[in-house]
Parts: sequence; structure tokens; C-alpha cells
Amino acid sequence: MRVLIPYLLRLALLVILIAFLVVPGWFDPLLKPLVRDNAPAIYNQGSLLTLTLLHLRTVAIATTGAILVAVTLAILVTRPFGAEFLPLSRSLVNIGQTFPPVAVLALAVPILGFGEKPTLVALFLYGLLPIFENTLTGLTTLPSSVMEAARGSGMTDRQRLFKVELPLAMPVILAGIRLSVVISLATATIGSTVAAKTLGEVIIAGLQSNNIAFVLQGGLIVGALAVLIYDGFSAIEHVLARRAGLPARA
Amino acid sequence: MSIRFDKLGVVTALLIAYGALAAPFATFRANRIVPGDAKGILDALPVGPGMLLLGLMACAALIVLLKTPTRLRLTVAALGLASIAVFIGMAATHLTPPANAYARVSPASGFWILLFSFALLAADSITRLRPLPLVRVLLLAITLGGAAVVLMSGLWDGLSILKEYSGRADVFWLEAGRHVTLALGSLFASVLVGLPLGILCHRVAPLRAGVLNTLNLIQTIPSIALFGILIAPLGWIAVNVPGAAVIGIRGIGAAPAFVALFLYSLLPVVANTVVGLAGVPREANEAARGIGMTDRQRLFGIEFPLAMPVILTGVRIVLVQNIGLATIAALIGGGGFGVFVFQGIGQTAMDLVLLGAVPTVVLAFAAAIVLDALIEMNAPQRERSRAA
Repeated sequence: MRVLIPYLLRLALLVILIAFLVVPGWFDPLLKPLVRDNAPAIYNQGSLLTLTLLHLRTVAIATTGAILVAVTLAILVTRPFGAEFLPLSRSLVNIGQTFPPVAVLALAVPILGFGEKPTLVALFLYGLLPIFENTLTGLTTLPSSVMEAARGSGMTDRQRLFKVELPLAMPVILAGIRLSVVISLATATIGSTVAAKTLGEVIIAGLQSNNIAFVLQGGLIVGALAVLIYDGFSAIEHVLARRAGLPARA
Repeated sequence: MSIRFDKLGVVTALLIAYGALAAPFATFRANRIVPGDAKGILDALPVGPGMLLLGLMACAALIVLLKTPTRLRLTVAALGLASIAVFIGMAATHLTPPANAYARVSPASGFWILLFSFALLAADSITRLRPLPLVRVLLLAITLGGAAVVLMSGLWDGLSILKEYSGRADVFWLEAGRHVTLALGSLFASVLVGLPLGILCHRVAPLRAGVLNTLNLIQTIPSIALFGILIAPLGWIAVNVPGAAVIGIRGIGAAPAFVALFLYSLLPVVANTVVGLAGVPREANEAARGIGMTDRQRLFGIEFPLAMPVILTGVRIVLVQNIGLATIAALIGGGGFGVFVFQGIGQTAMDLVLLGAVPTVVLAFAAAIVLDALIEMNAPQRERSRAA
């Protein structure tokens, strides 16, 4: 029974989140004490559900792009012909992390205009780093005995990559993707400062009209999404790690 | 003797060629918000200097294309950076009509591509040379010093970003002070609270999961929301706790920003302290116990020094993250460089955005290099050779 409690908690969180998005009116009495002068307690300048879906879409597009580019790059620099780029790519990843998201976002505006595009670029650049780093770690720390065996059994470079290296590195790569998604979910809210349609709109509307209820609901929806997605990824990693015969990682 | 190409050099040389020949070097605008008129190197500079810059870029591209000694490549990168820095200032003077206070000249895509190419070259050479940590800090100091000299000399005064600065020099330094205070102050507070909390989590195992999970949850709340949510409790404290308002606690402004940054900073500090202490070899602890060290002596004499690199890594994460996040404080009236970024976005004046964004990036970058050097100097000898 005790094993089930964490699952039940997550299920409850999911149910509450969906209920809040579909029928926000139910929660009006809960948030009402936070507002003054009869201000609305539930975001009323658009549908929370639509904003949540747009938020998730932005994150999904940016993360897909980041996965494709980061994994390809990591594979390239771990092959013999790209080995020359390995040290540099490590330092670039390090340097890239020092660029604040707000700066990236603001600097992308003159080139791409206001709206979703600069947000996508900022999320893409930010999402690259954890995925690239983890893919590198995954591909460079494979047990040498396994690599020898694969080479010994006459596998081509290509077969080794797709049948041995990537499947074994998959749990670590997924951990990088999970980190990247959670960071992107939170960072996407900043996109609303340049007019992107994300849940940040709710928070910023709250900041501008001094409405704590708006700020709170925007923040909590993003937080709940992050927790649920984080757990979902952890579960997949667990299954994959077991299938690959690796000890489960935290 | 056969000619050998450098793989990264081919990429860099192509970037330099594109930046110098195909992309505009500077943009001229009649005032600060109208769209601009992009100019190539030869249009942006008088004939002599224009040809000279193209020649310099051609030499640089040729040197990096071939397999040349790494020190030479680093010199080329430094000279390349210095020359575009000087020539962009000349372009500003050349393009601005005499006695016109409204015209704006700003660096265009070609300049940024050249800057990126030479920075890439410098990063590559430095990575290959594997300098000692102190040398890296010295290189950073030289670069920043060089930029300061150019700034002081007035060479860049014609550039739009400095025209934005000259109008609000007082405010700039005020906000700079606030930015640094916010970032460093919250770091200091989080170390003060996070270190003991980490030690407690290390010693009392049942506490560990609970504390770390709570801190993890805080990280999932988006920064702008956390800044906003804290307005309510701090506003309440300011009104109801005597003396709170006197020491500067208010619902909006720096107080909620400070608390938000502090809360975000706790996780890296606590988690890294726990990981660092857990990584102390059992033999070291056994030996210390064996020679009769007390718990306290063991903590300060053995565990802390051995865990220091991991703890410092946490501090590095926090400092770089705080310098970036402090820009968001501007949204709730907390000040900092974010003020210029958000004002600039509001007025679609990109030079103003740059005035906020560039110092933030420079600060974060410098902080990362200095702390990386510190971490490496604290690392045990055997790891030092590996980590380089």
C-alpha cells in the first residue's frame, strides 16, 4: 500500500490540474481571498487551457529541435573524424550556459520580431546544453568491454552506433532531455515579455494589475506540468535502464 | 612539404570570409527606432581603413585555415578581436553626419559574426593550450582591461549603445550596483543557510529526501511567478512586523527579488554539499577517527577540504544563474540591468536592450571563468591533470 502513495499523489495532481484547466470556475472560492476590490480571481483574458496547450507546444517544438541538433552534434564529435572538435564543443557548452535567458530572448527580438519565434530560439539554445552534455557523457563512458565485443563480432561503425552505443546511452540521454524540458517549461514563461502566447501571459497580467491570484495560478500550472513531465520521463528512463540491463539510476 | 588544413580552421575561415565580405558591418539609422541602412565594410569605413580591415581579415582567415601553431592562432584571435573593436568605432565616427545627435550607428550582423569567429578561435586555442587556472583569469583580465581602455578612450562613443549609456550614465551605475548586490547578496545568504543545511542533510539521512525534494519543487516554479508570489507575504511582513519596513522590506522591489533568488540558489548549494560530503572517501574519515579527531575537527579538517571542489561547483552554478535571473527582478521593480532590457523591449529600442544585456553576459561570463579557476585550484592533484 505504501508503495502506491507516490503514484496516487501524482494522479491526484494530474486530476486537479486537468480540472483547473477545464473548469477553472470551481476553484474560484479558493483564490478569491487573494484578490482585493472584487478583481477577478481566475484569469479572464483568455482560456487557461488554450494557453497551457500553446505553452506545451512551444516547449515541444523547441525541445524536438534541440534533441535533433544536440544528439547529432554529440554523435559527430565522438566519431574519429570529429574528435578534433570535442574539447572545443565542451568549452562552448560551458560558455553557452553563461548567457542569461532574458538576454538571449531580448537579443533575438531585433532579428525575429516579437512573438513566438524569439522564445523558440531562446528555448532551443537553452535546451541544447543539457542534452548535448548528457549525450556526450553517455557516449564517452560506455564500458570498453562492450565496445570491444561489438567490434569483435564484426559490426560496422553504423551498426555499433545504432545497436550498441545509442541504446546503452539512452537512459543518460533521456535524463538530459528531462532536465532540458523542465528548464524550458519555466523559461517559456519569460517569452511572454516579448508577446509569446504562453502561461507567462497569466503571470505578467497578474504582475501588471497587482493580482496575486493570477501570478499564483500561472506559476502553479507551470510547476505542476514540470513535476508531472519530470516524473513521466523518470519512469521511462527507469524502464529503459532495466531493459538495457543497467543498474537503475536515480 | 604538403599543405595541411585545420578542420575547425576551415569553419572559422569560412565564417570570417562571410562576415567580412557578405554581411553588413554596421547599420546606420536616422534615429534610434527607425529601421536601419546596412553597410558593408567598404561603405562603413573610409577607403584606406576599409581596405586595411579587409586585408587583415584575409590574413587571419589564411592563418587559421592552415595547421599553424596554437600560440600563433591565439595571437591572431586577439589581434582580430582588437581590430574589429577599433574599426567599429571608426565606422561610427565615419558614418555619423557631423553635429547630428539623432543618428545612430550600431554593429551589424557582419560585426557579430566576426566577433563570434574570433571568440571561437580564441576558445579553441585556449582549450588546446590548457593554461593553468591563474593564466585563464589573467587572460580574462587582459581582455576586460582591453575593452575598458577602448571604452575610456572614447573610440566607441559614436556607437548607439554608448549613446544610450551617455544619456543615463547615473542610472546605469545605480542599476549595475543593484544587480551585483542582488546576485552576490542572495548567493551569500544561500551559502550561509545552505552549507549548514547540507551538512545536516548529510548527517541526518531521513531529512535528506524531504529537504532536497522541497528545494527541487521550488525550482519548477517559473522565476517570474516566484518573484510575483513573494510580493504578497513580504508586503504583509512589511505592514505587520515592526521594524521590517525600516530595513527595506517591501512588497515590491528588491526584497521579493532577493528572497526568490535565495530560494532558487538553495538547491545547488545544499545538493552539492550533500554530494560533496558523501564523496569523501570512507578511509579518510576512518583514519581521522582513528587518530582521535572530534566530529568538528573532522568536518573542518577533512570533510570540507575534500568536498570543496563539489561545493564550489554548486556556488558557480548559483552565481551564474543569479546574475542571469537578477534581470527579471526589473519586472517587479527590483532594479538591475533588466530595467534597460525591458524598457528597450517596450520601446523597441534594441540599443537599450543591448545596454542591459551586454553587461549581464559579461558579468556572468567573468564569474564563470573565475569560479572555474577556483574550482580547479581546489581540486586534488590527480583530478587536476584530468579535468584540464
